[in-house]
Amino acid sequence: MTDRIVGLLQEIRPESDFAASRDFLGDGLLDSFDMIALVAALDAVFRVSIEGVDIVPQNFQNLDAIAALLRKYRVAL
Amino acid sequence: MKFLFRDKRISGLLAVVPANEASFLDEMRNFDFPAHRSLKLKEVMGYDKHRLVQGETCVSDLAVFGLQHLIDRRLLDRDDIDALILVTQSPDHLMPPTSSIIQGRLNLKQDMFCLDINQGCAGFVVGLIEAFLLLEQESIRKVVLINADVLSRRTSPKDRNSFPLIGDAASITVVERDAGGAVIHANLKMDGTRNEALMIPAGGMRMPSTADTAVLEDVGDNNLRAKDHLRMDGSAVFNFVQVEVPPMIDALLAAAGATGDAVDWFLFHQPNRFMLQKLADKMHVPHAKMPSNVVEKFGNSSGVTIPMAVALNLGQRLIAERFRVCFAGFGVGLTWGSMLLSLGAMSFCELIDYPNSSGLQTGG
Repeated sequence: MTDRIVGLLQEIRPESDFAASRDFLGDGLLDSFDMIALVAALDAVFRVSIEGVDIVPQNFQNLDAIAALLRKYRVAL
Repeated sequence: MKFLFRDKRISGLLAVVPANEASFLDEMRNFDFPAHRSLKLKEVMGYDKHRLVQGETCVSDLAVFGLQHLIDRRLLDRDDIDALILVTQSPDHLMPPTSSIIQGRLNLKQDMFCLDINQGCAGFVVGLIEAFLLLEQESIRKVVLINADVLSRRTSPKDRNSFPLIGDAASITVVERDAGGAVIHANLKMDGTRNEALMIPAGGMRMPSTADTAVLEDVGDNNLRAKDHLRMDGSAVFNFVQVEVPPMIDALLAAAGATGDAVDWFLFHQPNRFMLQKLADKMHVPHAKMPSNVVEKFGNSSGVTIPMAVALNLGQRLIAERFRVCFAGFGVGLTWGSMLLSLGAMSFCELIDYPNSSGLQTGG
């Protein structure tokens, strides 16, 4: 499942090595607009609607944070 | 803060947009940004077309053009206008008030009240509240509320965070008494501690415009912007809207003793499609009842997006039909407000173009 998240991230930023970072926004791998593009992709792929109040940097800091967010929406990972 | 108004109605609405249209696909080259990421933004945010004034077209030009259109067609009698409220963040000058300029250019009567309000995306709700309050006076029977902005003139074309969504426009809303009309509920909140989330830093007394404030600076993410330009903390604004707006609508509906199902249209300010869809999902409102087509077709014109949504989505239907509508605006200040009212039996409701390169319109 983590591979699916990485795949979605790399569709947005193909040049970034997401496996090597623990802080996607701090390391410049994602910006705030990428975060929104990622939410749209996660919503579509996992058939959820991530709430606006959850679209904050700490929920997209790294793969673990994104996985935890999806679990909150009962996505089986 | 709650408001309740009786015996008032919106009797006509006209939106005015510059005929000059720009396309995000054409403007992508202005941004130092990979094309595939720009296209992804287009898809998610709804960036497509936006309308921009040309040359030195000002707020008063759009407003006078629209008012003259109504006067010429006998949809509005200039002598009936007892108050003129202009809500704008892009006045013609620091002084005099642009509402006075409009009054003068149209030779409106002296026995009237002109008022400028410096508000933005919540400005339609703020302006309606002010109009309804004025109508409590015996001497004021008809108020013309103008929402207008030409913020493209103060937005960096090389700022991907702001420029693609900015649109210029004006709206003219006629508000008058309506004996026996349905009760109108509204609420409004403001938080000045977050005033820097949306601002144009230079151009006022705190930081006068100089050659230095006009210099483009790298503000990150390959965006270039000057201190003379609009600055928007997109993440802070997004979070503000998602946190504050749903409970505001809940409180409005509770005050009116209504449910969301009883509302025909949620006509909200339109910053971008993504933000609106997230709001709709949170409020369990079908996307079709909360349109985002204004920002996609015309751009985000601050306080004008709500009246434009009325004209674009309901238009002529409002002459013969009636709908229960919820307005919500949120933005600069920070300010957020909403209103629940019945719309219908209007004399006019349309959207017109302000011609290209028409120069100053000299009404009156």
